Amino acid sequence: MAISGIFLIIFLLQHFIINITSVFSESIFNQFSHFMGTNFVVQFIAQPILILGVVFHFVMGFVLDFKNRTSRKIKYVKYKGDANASWMSRNMIISGLVVLSFLGLHFYDFWIPEMNYKYVEFLPDDPNRYYDELTHKFEDLTKVVIYVISFGFLSLHLLHGFSSSFQSLGLNKYNFLIKIIANIYAIGIPLGFSFIAIFHYLNS
Amino acid sequence: MRLKLKIWRQKNSQEKGEMVSYNIEDISPDMSFLEMMDVLNEQLTLKGVDPVAFDHDCREGICGSCSMFINGEAHGPDRLVTTCQLHMRKFKDGDTIYIEPFRANTFPVIKDLVVDRSAFDRIQHAGGYISINTSGNTQDANAIPIEKNSADKAFDAATCIGCGACVATCKNSSAMLFVSAKVSQFSLLPQGKVEANERVLNMVKQMDEEGFGNCTNTGACEVECPKGISLENIARMNRDFIKAKISK
Amino acid sequence: MALDSKIPNGPISEKWTNHKNNIKLVSPANKRQIDVIVVGTGLAGGSASATLAELGYNVKAFCFQDSPRRAHSIAAQGGINAAKNYQGDGDSVYRLFYDTVKGGDYRSREANVYRLAEVSANIIDQCVAQGVPFARDYGGLLDNRSFGGVLVSRTFYAKGQTGQQLLLGAYSAMNRQIARGKIKMYNRHEMMDIVLVDGKARGIITRNLINGKIERHSAHAVVIASGGYGNLFYLSTNAMGSNVSASWKIHKKGAFFANPCFTQIHPTCIPVSGDHQSKLTLMSESLRNDGRIWVPKSKSDAIAIREGRLKPTELSEDQRDYYLERRYPAFGNLVPRDVASRAAKERCDAGYGVNKTGEAVFLDFASAIVRYGKEKALLKGLDQSDDNIVGKLGKEVIKSKYGNLFQMYEKIVDQNPYETPMMIYPAVHYTMGGVWVDYNLMTTIPGCFAIGEANFSDHGANRLGASALMQGLADGYFVLPYTIGDYLAEDIRTGQISTETKEFEDAEKSVKEKIKFLIQNKGTKSVDYFHKKLGKIIWNKCGMSRNEKGLKEAIKEIQSLREDFYKNISVPGTSDSFNESLAKATRVSDFLELGELFAKDALERTESCGGHFREESQSKEGEALRDDKNFTFVSAWESNGSPSNSILHKEILNYENIELKTRSYK
Repeated sequence: MAISGIFLIIFLLQHFIINITSVFSESIFNQFSHFMGTNFVVQFIAQPILILGVVFHFVMGFVLDFKNRTSRKIKYVKYKGDANASWMSRNMIISGLVVLSFLGLHFYDFWIPEMNYKYVEFLPDDPNRYYDELTHKFEDLTKVVIYVISFGFLSLHLLHGFSSSFQSLGLNKYNFLIKIIANIYAIGIPLGFSFIAIFHYLNS
Repeated sequence: MRLKLKIWRQKNSQEKGEMVSYNIEDISPDMSFLEMMDVLNEQLTLKGVDPVAFDHDCREGICGSCSMFINGEAHGPDRLVTTCQLHMRKFKDGDTIYIEPFRANTFPVIKDLVVDRSAFDRIQHAGGYISINTSGNTQDANAIPIEKNSADKAFDAATCIGCGACVATCKNSSAMLFVSAKVSQFSLLPQGKVEANERVLNMVKQMDEEGFGNCTNTGACEVECPKGISLENIARMNRDFIKAKISK
Repeated sequence: MALDSKIPNGPISEKWTNHKNNIKLVSPANKRQIDVIVVGTGLAGGSASATLAELGYNVKAFCFQDSPRRAHSIAAQGGINAAKNYQGDGDSVYRLFYDTVKGGDYRSREANVYRLAEVSANIIDQCVAQGVPFARDYGGLLDNRSFGGVLVSRTFYAKGQTGQQLLLGAYSAMNRQIARGKIKMYNRHEMMDIVLVDGKARGIITRNLINGKIERHSAHAVVIASGGYGNLFYLSTNAMGSNVSASWKIHKKGAFFANPCFTQIHPTCIPVSGDHQSKLTLMSESLRNDGRIWVPKSKSDAIAIREGRLKPTELSEDQRDYYLERRYPAFGNLVPRDVASRAAKERCDAGYGVNKTGEAVFLDFASAIVRYGKEKALLKGLDQSDDNIVGKLGKEVIKSKYGNLFQMYEKIVDQNPYETPMMIYPAVHYTMGGVWVDYNLMTTIPGCFAIGEANFSDHGANRLGASALMQGLADGYFVLPYTIGDYLAEDIRTGQISTETKEFEDAEKSVKEKIKFLIQNKGTKSVDYFHKKLGKIIWNKCGMSRNEKGLKEAIKEIQSLREDFYKNISVPGTSDSFNESLAKATRVSDFLELGELFAKDALERTESCGGHFREESQSKEGEALRDDKNFTFVSAWESNGSPSNSILHKEILNYENIELKTRSYK
C-alpha cells in the first residue's frame, strides 16, 4: 500500500502542476497536455503503469480492509475509536471509496473522451484543444460541487495516507519534517485542485 | 458511588456470551477498578452466582495480566495505566460502565473477561531472544560500551508488559506494537544485532501466521499502551524488516 | 533425622570451586534421558529451566500465570547486587558476602552466602549478553546505585523495573529452549501435590486452571521455584496469585520448612487507604537514596496534617523529625529494611503518623530536587540561585531516575509527589524463611530441590535490598544446574518414569477429594473472608513486633479459623472449569496451616533478629537484641500431622569467616 500510495502521490503532484498552469496560461497548459497526450513513453509505458498502480492500490486496499475487519469476528459492544485515533486513519476505506468513485467520474469526463478521440475515432491531432475541453467540463455547477467534495475526501485520505506510507516504509510518521510535508501536501494539493475547478467555473 | 455495570459473561470458549447488567453500590473513589470488581464478585459469591472471571495478578501495573476493555477503551479511560491501576475516581456516580474482554480472533475468550494470549508467547518463541548460552562464560558486562541514547531507547522498548492492549485497541487487531517493541529492544543493542535479520523475519512470520490484522498506522495502540511504547518502534521494525528482506 | 547441610570442606573462598570439581556429572547423552520438572517460572525457575534445558535435560516447566513472563519477579523494582566493583569504591566478593551475612543478622549459612557473592558478578555479564537493558552512564558503561545496609554502590538497575527486565531476560532464554523443544511449557497449571516413589521425588499432580483437569507429570527430579509466602498476610506487595502451596505440599510430604517466621516488612510502601484494599504497592527502596524520611516533631502538627488542616510543605526544617538520620547517623535513610520499618512503626505508634489512619510517614524529595537542580544548573551554566530553574532541573533528574515510580504513586494516591512529599508505610514484601535446603539446594526429600525465594538459604533473618534478584538468578543460572547433576548422576539407568503407578494414583485421588470437598461444602463464607481474617491475625500478632501472649493467641485463633474454614467455606462454580475461587480456596487452605507454624516458630525464637522482633528481647533504646548463645541456628520444621505437632530440628550455624557482632548502623 505504501509504495503504490507514494507512487500515486507523486503522480498527483505532477497532475496538479500541469493543471494549475491552466489558471495562468492557456498555451502552456495546452503544450503540456499535448506532450502528455502524444508522447509514446507517457502514453504506452507510464500510463499503463499508473493504471496498474491505481488498480493495485484499491484492490489491495479492499483486501487489507477485509482481512483487518475479519480479524476480530466478535465485535465490541462498545468501542471508542475516536478516543485514540483520528477519523481519517480509521476510515481510509470510506475516503478511499469516495475517491475511487470520483475517479470513475473523472475517467468518464476526461480519460474516456480522450481515449475515444485518439485511439477509437482517430480524430486529427489538435495541440490546442485541451484547454477548451477542460474549461467546458467545469461549466456545470453540480459537477464542480461533486469535484470539490471529492477533493475534500482526497484530502482526508492523504492526511493519514501520506505520513502513514512513510511509517510503513520505516520512517517514523511523527518525524517533524515528514509530518509538515505530508500535511502541507494533503491539504494543499486537494485545495489547489478545488481552486482550479472553481476558477474555471467562475470564468466560464 | 453507585454504578451500573454491563459485563461480558461467557461460560467457556465454546459457548456464546452476552452482556449482563449488574448494579453496585457503596464504591469508594479510592478503590482501584479491580477492587470494585472484587466487591462485585464477593456479592455474587455470597448469592451463589459464579463470580466474574478476569485475569489479574500483580495489581501494580507490571505483570500485564489484567486485560479489560472498559467503556470502549483498553484499560479504560485513563492513560498510561493498566486496568489494575485505574481508579474509580475516574468515574462518576451513576455511570454505566461497559466491561468487555480484550477482543481479537487471536485472543479467544477462555471465560468471561479472561482471554488466551498465548499467541504472544509463540511470537517470542520464534525469535524473541539473543542466542547466548546461560553458562555465565560470557565476556565482562562492561566490555561493550553502549551509547546511552541507544541503551535508553532499548529500555523504553523493553518496558512492554505484553498485556495485549495494542491488539485489543487496534481496529485491525494488529500486534505490530508488541512485536516491534520486542524486535527493537534487541536490534538497538549491539548484542542483538548479530541475528537481527533473522529475528525480525521470523517474528513477523509468526505474527502473520497467528492471524493478527495488519497495521494501518492509526496510532491507537500507542495512545492506549499502558507503558507508552512509541510508534517509532513500528517504523524501526518496518525498516529492519525491509532491510532483512533485501539482504536475504 | 539429622540435618546434613553438606557444606564442602576447605577455605570459604574455595568451597564452591572445589565442590564443582568434585561433584558427579551426567554425560550429554544421558541428560537427554532425564526429565526435570520446574514449578514456577520467575527469576529462579525461569533461569533454571532455561539452563537445564540448555544442558540437555528435558524440562517441563509449570506456572499458574498465563505466561512465564508474568511471574511476580517482574515486579521487583530497585535493582540487583553484584560484586563488580565498577565504581572502584572498595567492593569485593568478601564485602558483598559480609554485608549480606551482617544484613541478615547472622542467621544465614556462610558457605551459601559466599557462593552467592562469588557468582553475582557472572549474573551481570550473563544478563547483559542476553540483552537486558541496564542503566548506563554517558560513557556507555553500566551505572550503579547504592541500596540500604551497605556502604558501596553495587546495585545494577534498569530504572524502576529491574525485575521486569531480568525476568524478560530469563524468559527469552526460556523461549529459545521452548522453540528447540527442550522445555515443554505448561501455562495456567497449578501444582497440587508432589509424588514420591521409594522416598524420592518423582513427579507432581497438577490442575489445569482452564478446564480443571487433574494431570500427572513424572520426572527424575522436581524443582520448586514458586516464590515466597508473603500473601499469608493477605495484604502484601506480592501478586494476588502468589502462594505457598507448592512449598507447603512438599513440606507435608517430608521437606523441612525453615525459619517460617522470618518475614521482611518493607519500609517504603504506599499506605493502606481502606478496607477494600486488595494489595499493597511497593515504592522501590532506591527512593531512599534521594528521599528523606520524616514525621512532624510535634504531635499537634501530626494531627493537623492528618486532619488536612496543615500541609507537610508548610512545616519548616526544624519542625520536622528526620528520625532515621537522628537515630542512625552513619547509615541515615539507608539503614536496612527491618530497621527502617520498625522505626516507622515506632513513630506512628507514638502518634506521629501523617495520613488519615495515622499509619504513614513522609518520604521527601525536596532537598534532593534542590541538590540535583543546583548540580545541573552549574553544568549548564545557569543561575544556581534561581529557585525556579533549580526546581525544574532537579525535578527532571528525579524524573529520569524514578519517573515510573512517581507516576505510579500519583495514579494510586492522586497526589503529585514532585510537589508534596510521598506518604509511605511498611508492608509485607518478602519471606526469608522457606523450604530448608542443603548446599546443593536439595530439600530433605531426595530429588526435590527448592530455589529462589522458595528456599530459606541466603538471607538469614533479613534480606538486603537488591539481593532477591541476585539470589534467584544465582540459584537458577549458576548453582542448581551444577548441583542437580550430582543427584541425577545416580538416575541415568532409571529410564522413563511411569505415571501409572499406585503412588501417582493415590496422590491424584487425594487431590480430587479435596477439590470435591471444597466445591460441595456450600457453606456461607467466601474464600476472601477467611484470607482477610487470617491476614489480620498474622499482621496484628505476628507482624513487625511480636510477643509471647500475642503469638499464643494467634495460634489459637488460626486453629479455630481453620476449623471454621472447613465448616463454612463456600466455593461457587464447578471443578471442571476456570474457577478462580476454587484455586484461591486451595491456596488459602495451605496458608491456614502455614500461619500456625509461622506463629509457632516466632514463639519458639525468643530472641530478636532481623525482621523478627520479639518485644521481650530489646535494648533500653528499643533496638533489637539478638541471643547468639541460644539461637545461632536455623529452625527446620518437620511436618507431623498438624502444624501444632511439627517437630523442630536445628541446623547450627557456624561462623568461621565472620565474627558475630551486634549489628549497628548508628
